[in-house]
Amino acid sequence: MNLHEYQAKALLARFAVPVSPGLVVNQSVEAAPERLPASQDGRWVVKAQIHSGARGKAGGISLADSPEAVQTQAAKLLGRTLITAQTGSTGLPVHQVLIEPAVAIARELYLAMTIDRQSQRVVVIASAEGGMDIEEVSEKNPGAILRLQVNPTVGLMAYQARQLAFALGLTNSAFKQFPALLRGMYDAFIAEDADLIEINPLAVTQENHLLAVDAKITIDSNAAYRQKALFDQRDLTQEDPTEVAARSSGLNYISLTGEIACMVNGAGLAMATMDLIQSAGGQPANFLDVGGGTSTEKVAAAFKLILANPRVRAILVNIFGGIVRCDLIATGIISAAKEVGLTIPTVVRLEGTNAAEGRQMLADSGLGLIAENDLAKAAERVVALSNGVPQ
Amino acid sequence: MSILINSQTRVICQGFTGKQGSFHSEQAIAYGTKMVGGVTPNKGGQQHLGLPVFNTVHDAVRDTGANASMIYVPAPFAADAILEAADAGIEVIACITEGIPVLDMLNVKAVLASDYPEVRLIGPNCPGLITPGECKIGIMPGSIHLPGRIGIVSRSGTLTYEAVAQTTAVGLGQSTCVGIGGDPIHGMDFIDCLTLFADDPQTEAVIMVGEIGGSAEEEAAHFIAEQFNKPVVAYIAGATAPTGKRMGHAGAVIAGGRGSAEDKFRALEHAGVRIVRDPTLMGKAMAELLGHARA
Repeated sequence: MNLHEYQAKALLARFAVPVSPGLVVNQSVEAAPERLPASQDGRWVVKAQIHSGARGKAGGISLADSPEAVQTQAAKLLGRTLITAQTGSTGLPVHQVLIEPAVAIARELYLAMTIDRQSQRVVVIASAEGGMDIEEVSEKNPGAILRLQVNPTVGLMAYQARQLAFALGLTNSAFKQFPALLRGMYDAFIAEDADLIEINPLAVTQENHLLAVDAKITIDSNAAYRQKALFDQRDLTQEDPTEVAARSSGLNYISLTGEIACMVNGAGLAMATMDLIQSAGGQPANFLDVGGGTSTEKVAAAFKLILANPRVRAILVNIFGGIVRCDLIATGIISAAKEVGLTIPTVVRLEGTNAAEGRQMLADSGLGLIAENDLAKAAERVVALSNGVPQ
Repeated sequence: MSILINSQTRVICQGFTGKQGSFHSEQAIAYGTKMVGGVTPNKGGQQHLGLPVFNTVHDAVRDTGANASMIYVPAPFAADAILEAADAGIEVIACITEGIPVLDMLNVKAVLASDYPEVRLIGPNCPGLITPGECKIGIMPGSIHLPGRIGIVSRSGTLTYEAVAQTTAVGLGQSTCVGIGGDPIHGMDFIDCLTLFADDPQTEAVIMVGEIGGSAEEEAAHFIAEQFNKPVVAYIAGATAPTGKRMGHAGAVIAGGRGSAEDKFRALEHAGVRIVRDPTLMGKAMAELLGHARA
């Protein structure tokens, strides 16, 4: 789960990571001049809060040189939909704006923590070349990326922080601030079940102080049960509504751009089914995993999700019934097809326990469901159907 | 022969009296697995499915000589269950549970590495493992398996069943199938399984089923090129998955331009692995590779 910048900064502040005092406004809370955080030079930064980077280039971040300008600029952003390089063409709605005093920055650093699968450790990634896309830095100048691993038994050590501070070229007050900042970040990572904490840029101000100018935090969804306060902050308006609806039915759905919907049990098999659709010349409309052991209710919910997408021209259902019997799945498909009044051509591939019974039930249903037990052929037939070729 | 488990393996179930634990223990017993009991705290002394229930894994090991465990306890308690099994001396621990916080697994792996290096952890978030005809520890359908010549190691559940069904259909059968799970931090990886398959005389060749995300397949490719001498067929799921979208498994995401199916196919092909881009051809490709005509 992603946090907004203002939520991430509030979280980091609790762990003594220096952030600017900010004011969050929305359509009912105005950026009244008396509420603005104090600004040394009378300028403020007005930042749209959406779950995306590259906001600046999309017009989501602006500098205001008076309290009146802050108000106008914030009002202009609120309710707007921002399209950035990362959001796709639909963009994301702006419901909150963060206002912070402008800061005179001397240097911009990059600092992040995440989990490295290979070493199975929390890793710190840092670079003196902050402020820009770190992937670009890592490609063009891999030597500019610094990495260190944290042993969970002892946590982040002071020597590691010093080492990094020297490597980043920090001096005097910034050097002294760094170990506590890094330790706070690590403590936040562990205590809040983060997947990623990224501070980019971490600014060295002209007074030689460290300041987290932008922050991005992702929380491990598996930890929702023990991070209730954070998950209560989840902003569903930043997520695909179909994906949100799917999650509430216990389904794993991801919207894609093609015309052929698929419904599969198991994530790996679902990806494999998408791959087969594409190699047969079609484009998948979604990824949809109904779970290794699925139920008739889930199948029904899955059909409704699929059919809510107006682009869908054909459906491929691919179930490898292991523990779940295929005749039960067939019952679910038939009742769901009747319930939603299925008119879109649908190919069903059932394999595994009681597959023959399941196929017979589909054939007898009179619903025009096409049973095909060869998966490769099923993919070819669904692609043909999506092109209007009857099967 | 086989790897990890066989007809002599003495299996317990943690979370034995729960819905999942009960159902899959019943299935395992019906398959012929030598189940010797189960663990549910505060239900020790009871009988369940005709087997003794113990309060702790230590009690179960002492009274039954159990050396393998399958774990179905809910995610918040799974890390605890894994370490309890390790501490009790269980050698093969299959954790089926999905949804375990990644930091829990990070800590579990650190403790296993330092205090219980001999333990073999499979999973979490996996279908488990099976030696066909001998021992089934997990949620896979027993009926599609056939005792035979191919070792299978896979990051995915139902896609493993495809590989199994296909090798059964061509008559090759399986020595042992291991579902290593779809989480970013998990127990045995491809290389651990390949190392065991290398020394197993029953295993003539291996099917590897990978997916996008991480670099485990690339590392396995390197291992195969350097020191694995049996034929390998590999399929990677997710060639059409877009960057940055997490495809169901917590581990299956192409991040920072890395972990794509194409990278993995290329690394494996370079290592001399027979890659298949069509998941329906894993069994056929293996039969061709072994010059195996269907009997």
